Amino acid sequence: MMSLEALRGQVAVAGVGHAGLGEAHGFTEMEVLAQAASRAVADAGLTMRDIDGLATCSSSATMWSMPVAEYLGIRPQFIEATMLGGSSFVSHLLPAVMALASGQCNAVLVCYGSTQKTAVFGRKEGVKARTLLDPQPFEHPYSPMQPVTSYALAAARHMYQYGTTREQLAEVAVAARAWAQLNPEAAMRDPLTIDDVLRSRPVSDPLTVRDCCLVTDGGGAYVLVRADRARDLKQPPVYVLGSATAVWNRQISSMADLTVTAAAESGRRALAMAGVGVAEVDVAEVYDAFTINTLLFLEDLGFCKKGEGGAFVQDGAIAPGGRLPVNTNGGGLSCVHPGMYGIFLVIEAVRQLRAQAGARQVQGADIALVHGNGGTLSSQSTAILGGPATR
Amino acid sequence: MQTTPEALASRGPQEQYFAKLADGHFQIQRCADCSAHQFYPRTLCMHCGGTDLAWTSPSGAGTVYSFSVVRRKPEAGGDYNVALVDLQEGVRMMTRIDDVAPDGLRIGMTVQARVVRPEGQPPLVVFVPVEAA
Repeated sequence: MMSLEALRGQVAVAGVGHAGLGEAHGFTEMEVLAQAASRAVADAGLTMRDIDGLATCSSSATMWSMPVAEYLGIRPQFIEATMLGGSSFVSHLLPAVMALASGQCNAVLVCYGSTQKTAVFGRKEGVKARTLLDPQPFEHPYSPMQPVTSYALAAARHMYQYGTTREQLAEVAVAARAWAQLNPEAAMRDPLTIDDVLRSRPVSDPLTVRDCCLVTDGGGAYVLVRADRARDLKQPPVYVLGSATAVWNRQISSMADLTVTAAAESGRRALAMAGVGVAEVDVAEVYDAFTINTLLFLEDLGFCKKGEGGAFVQDGAIAPGGRLPVNTNGGGLSCVHPGMYGIFLVIEAVRQLRAQAGARQVQGADIALVHGNGGTLSSQSTAILGGPATR
Repeated sequence: MQTTPEALASRGPQEQYFAKLADGHFQIQRCADCSAHQFYPRTLCMHCGGTDLAWTSPSGAGTVYSFSVVRRKPEAGGDYNVALVDLQEGVRMMTRIDDVAPDGLRIGMTVQARVVRPEGQPPLVVFVPVEAA
């Protein structure tokens, strides 16, 4: 039997691309997906004809991999369409690594697109439709404003249990904005202070609108090939060193402890596969759908002890120039958030590890931790990516 | 609901739960194999996988584990709360705390279950502060 450790660094991200960030007026989600896919394939120095593996999923279309293959004109030998919400495009890494390592296919395209902001059937309609298509009869009758209320419940419990403050939560949004100000592609680049976050519109206590991720359009894609091939391609290879996914529950009311997510398990397994300790991580891209997420994941992934996430992020510690660069593109809070954000975590980590991140470049970034979250703290997927020198 | 007890027993646990609730009875499941309670009702025990589950009436006593006040425009009905309550039997459920102002809500406060049947809507388990119960 092949061990997971033996798969460390066997596969690399060879290309990344995105399209339609912000508002993609006049485009469908398939069109922004395909534009991002074309860019990722071109970035790798490949053509769409080279793609024989496909990983994708959609918030609405349950059979999404089929129209995507049809639209792109590809006949994939490997299809991965596991839908875990926002963590999906991080969780697609390990199955893709296995498919490439086994020779099932030679180039996997991971891709996503959404026009939830500008489409007629947008985010609001999607939330409404899901109550019918995917009923939660033990939560829906109480009208939680999903997903924010679930995260608000976790934030309230974290504050109660560990003394985490509103100001500490706001630090997460302020740090994300400071990174976004260095990123010309980010949607929100105006200055933001802790006071601004606290005084913005309350949504679901204790969270305000500035504790919540953006609602934007956008498509993203990346291409995976075996490491030996990646070294001969256009871009510096970014190796997949470790990857793991964990799901413990779907509903917030079924979560055993609202202050401990399954990231504790996915992180431990991904780091073990990579043979990397968190102290070696140069840059962390963690799914900041809401400010509480960043605190929970920094704790669960082992950057600090449980309950100390608030203190960890204080005084600009995860902002540019801080002790740990987190969400260097501006994150879901300030850069882009088209329904499911996971693919953008990978894209940003790849740019950092290739040293192509412009003004926001983290100097000497060799190891990146990528962490995706899906549902309402439901699915957790961690990946460890390494720059050209790490294999 | 006019389902006879015999007919109801042949239905799935979810339908049974809501039928009981419609009659004003809030019941949860207890596993005959491992003795653990569970919520929401299932066809198997989430703790041990056992399938010998019996309905039991919880005491209704609970503790607020977390809550959030959802902000809504007055014209849309105004603010309301969503809470998670831990029952004495060891299970947690999403619910609402009635008979209390938003600034009177506290994590850790003791509450008591109440079945409400709002006009034109399915029956619902809510909780009220013990002082008000």
